[in-house]
Amino acid sequence: MPDKQEIALMAHLMRRAGFGASREELESRAGKGYESTVEELLHPEDQPPIDNDLLFRFMPGYEMAGAPAINQGEWVYRMINTQRPLEEKMALFWHQLFATGNSKVDNPPELTVQIEMFRERGLGKFRDLLVELSKNPAMLYWLDNNGNHMGAINENWGRELLELFSMGVGNYSEDDIKEASRAFTGWTVGSKIPRNPLGRYHWNFEFRPEDHDYGEKTFLGHTGALDGGDIIEIVADQPPTARFLARHLYSFFVADEPQVPSWNITPPNDPEAIDQLVQAYNDSDGEVRSMMRVLFNSEFFKKARFSRVKSPAELVIGTARLAGSYQGPRPGYDKLALESAYQGQELLNPPSVESWHTGSEWIDGGALVRRVNFAANLLGDTSQPGVHSMVENLRGRGALAPEEFVESCLELVGPLEISEMTRNELLGQARTGGNLDWSTEAEAAESEKRIGLMLALIAASRDFQFA
Amino acid sequence: MATTKKDTVLVVLQLTGANDYLNTIVPYTNPYYRDARPRVAIAEDEVLPIDDELGFNPNMGPVKQLFDDGKVAVIHGIGYENSPRSHFRSMDIWHTCEPDIVGTEGWAGKVIRDLDPSGENVLKGVNFGQGLPRALALRGVPVTSVSSLETYGVLSNVPGVGDGREQILERFARMYSPAVGTGPVMDYLGQTGRDALRGADIIKVAPEKYSSTIEYAETPIATALRDVARVYLADLGTQVFYTQHGSFDTHFNQPPAHIKLWTDVSRAIGDFFDDLKEHDAGDNLIMMLFTEFGRRVKDNGTGTDHGAGGVAFVIGNQVKGGMYGTYPSIRPEDLTQGDLAPNYDFRGFYSTVVERWLGLDAVPIVGGKFEQLDFV
Repeated sequence: MPDKQEIALMAHLMRRAGFGASREELESRAGKGYESTVEELLHPEDQPPIDNDLLFRFMPGYEMAGAPAINQGEWVYRMINTQRPLEEKMALFWHQLFATGNSKVDNPPELTVQIEMFRERGLGKFRDLLVELSKNPAMLYWLDNNGNHMGAINENWGRELLELFSMGVGNYSEDDIKEASRAFTGWTVGSKIPRNPLGRYHWNFEFRPEDHDYGEKTFLGHTGALDGGDIIEIVADQPPTARFLARHLYSFFVADEPQVPSWNITPPNDPEAIDQLVQAYNDSDGEVRSMMRVLFNSEFFKKARFSRVKSPAELVIGTARLAGSYQGPRPGYDKLALESAYQGQELLNPPSVESWHTGSEWIDGGALVRRVNFAANLLGDTSQPGVHSMVENLRGRGALAPEEFVESCLELVGPLEISEMTRNELLGQARTGGNLDWSTEAEAAESEKRIGLMLALIAASRDFQFA
Repeated sequence: MATTKKDTVLVVLQLTGANDYLNTIVPYTNPYYRDARPRVAIAEDEVLPIDDELGFNPNMGPVKQLFDDGKVAVIHGIGYENSPRSHFRSMDIWHTCEPDIVGTEGWAGKVIRDLDPSGENVLKGVNFGQGLPRALALRGVPVTSVSSLETYGVLSNVPGVGDGREQILERFARMYSPAVGTGPVMDYLGQTGRDALRGADIIKVAPEKYSSTIEYAETPIATALRDVARVYLADLGTQVFYTQHGSFDTHFNQPPAHIKLWTDVSRAIGDFFDDLKEHDAGDNLIMMLFTEFGRRVKDNGTGTDHGAGGVAFVIGNQVKGGMYGTYPSIRPEDLTQGDLAPNYDFRGFYSTVVERWLGLDAVPIVGGKFEQLDFV
C-alpha cells in the first residue's frame, strides 16, 4: 500500500501531466512507482486511444463538427475520457502556445485538425512540430500566410514564428523577419471539396512553386536559397529557441512564470530548472519527450505542488473528472466547454495569437464566482458518482471526529494542501455537527449532506484554485 | 461628496448574429428592394412608415412609438471598411475597435476604467448574460457579470445548503480574508473573492427595492432588461450595463424568426422605458443597439447571408430622435460584393456616446478620431 506522501506526489503528477486522477487510479499508479508512471505517460501510444467508432456512433455530430461549441465539446470529451492523459495535456499546452482562434479562422473543423496534429506530434522533435505547424491550414490562414506572396510579402507568420513560437523578442532582426517571410511564400491553403453542397470547405496545405521566392536570402547569418523548411532548421538550432520552449514548459507544467511579453527583461523564477530543460533539448536534438522526462523526474517539479493557478480548462475538466459524472458518450460536454469559456478560456478561440494570460490573470471577479460556484455545485452534489464514492469511502471509516472528517475529505479531493485559515473554517464547519454518524438512516442521510457541504466549501476555497 | 447632477448611464444591447438591416428599416417603396427580396421582403402595407421611402419593421411597434416621440436615433450605414463577414471576427472588431489586428481590450472595459479609475465601485460596469463579452474585458477592471439577478451570488446554488447559506458565506469571507506572508497571488485571490462577495451583497438589494406596475414578457431579453432596470433604479452607481439577445443569424427561414426576434426585443425595450418613466428615471440613461454587420441584399430563397453595412439605434429621453447618415444605395451596381457598402464608421458612433454622453475622451477608447453625430 503506497504511503500518503507517494499518493500526494502521484496526485501532483497526474494534475500536471493530465487532468487529475481518482483515488483508485492514484493508488494503482503509486503502486507501480513514480518513474515508471512517468515513462508510461511519456508513451501515450502504448495506451488505447479514444474509440472514435464508438464516439461518433453515439455523438454523430462530433465528426468533423462545424460549430465551435461542438468542436469544443468534442475536445472536452477527449480530455475527460482519454487513457493517454499526457497526450491531451500536451495538446492543450501547444494550443496555448501556438494560439489559433476561430474568431478569425471561422472554420472549426480545421482547428480540430490542428489539435489532432498536436496529439500526434506533441512529444516529438520540436523542429518536426514546427514544420507541421507551418503547413497547418488553420495556422496558415490565422497568420495570413495565404497572403504572403513572392514580391509582396505578408510578415505575419514570419514574425510570430520567431517572436511567439520559437525564439522570443530580441533574438532576431526585422530583416530576419522579412527574409523568413520570403522563405515561406507559396506556402498556402487550398480548398478540398466540401462534404455537402452547403458545407464548409475543408482546407489543405498547398505549396505553389510559382508563388515561391526562390531567390537568395540571409537569415540569422545563413545565406542561400532558403525555403520554409530551412528556416525551421535554423530556428530549431538557435539557443534562444531551446530556452524559450523550456520556459514555456516550465510555466505550463511546473510553476507560474511572469507573462510571456516580459520574458526578455524578466529572468525565470528558477534559472537552474530552465538550464536543465535546455540541456535536455540539446542532448536530444530538441525532442519534447526527453524534456518532459527530465521535467517530471526533477526535484524542482516534485517540489512545485500547488504553485500554479489552474486554467479554466484544468479547473472544469479536473473537477468533472473528480465528480465522475462524465464517462463515455453522453450529452453535456459542450456545456463543460462553455463553462470553461465563461470562466475565461474558450477552447479553440484564444483572445489573440498572444494567447491567454495565465497565472493570477485567469482570475477576475466574474471568473472567480463562476469557478467557485461550478466546482462547489458539482462536488457538493453527492449524487455524482465520484462524490458518492467519496461518501461511501467516508462511511467505511466510521464515526469520524471533525478533524478526521476534514482530513479525509481533503485527502479524497486531492490530496489538497490548504492554508491554516482555510483549515480553521473547515474545522469550524465540521464541528457544528460533531462526529459523522451512520447509526440510523436519518443520521446517515444527515452525514451525507454534511459531507456534500464540506466538499463544496473545499471546492470554494482559494486553495482549490491551484494545481 | 454629494453631487446634484446624476451620473449618466449607458445600456448596450448587442443584437448577436447580424441583424438584417433591410428588414429592420425597410426601403419599402424601393423597387430594387422588391427585386432583391422575392422571398423575404416585407409587404409595403405592413411596414410602419417613417416617410415615403423608409419604414420600421412591422414588429417594432414599441420602438416606432418611441421614435415618434422623438426618442430614437437611427444610425444608417454603420460598419467599417473591408467587412470580413465573419460573426466572430466582426464582433471582435466591434468589441475592441481593432479592425486590423486581433485586439484584446474591450472598449466598454476602457470606459469603465475611465469612469472609475480607482476601481472603487465593483458595480460600475454590470453585464447580464453568460460570460463576459470581449467589449468588457480589460485587465484590472472589475466587472460584475450576472446571469440572473435572482440567483446571482457566491455559492448561490450549492446543493443542500438551505438555511446554512449565511453561515457558509461567512466562512467563505474568512477563507478569503487578508493574511500575512501568503504571497501576492493569494492576496489577489482574496481581494477578488471579497470584491465579488461585496458586489453580490450590494446588488442583491436591487430586487428587494424594486417595485413596478410594468409587466415584462417572459422572454430572455425582457428578463435581462428588467434586471437592468432593477439595478439601475436601485442607484448602485452602475454607469455601464451590457446585455445581448439573439440569434439574428437568419440564413434559413428568416421571416418567422425575424418576427419573433423583433417582437421580443421591441416589446422589452418599450416596457423598459415605460418602467423608467413610471419611476421618473428616464433622463439619465440612454440605450444603444448594435449588431456585428447587416445581411446580404439579395435573399437566398428562405433567408439572408452575411452582409456588411448595418443599422444601429440610440434610444432615450435625452436623445435627439431622427435619422442620421444616409441609407446606402441598394442598386445592384452600388453594392460591394452584393452587400450594402458601409458609409459610417462605428467608432464615430462610439465616440459620440463616450464623449458627449459619458464625458470621457474617446480617442484612447476607440483608437482615434472619428466623425461624431449629433444625436446627443
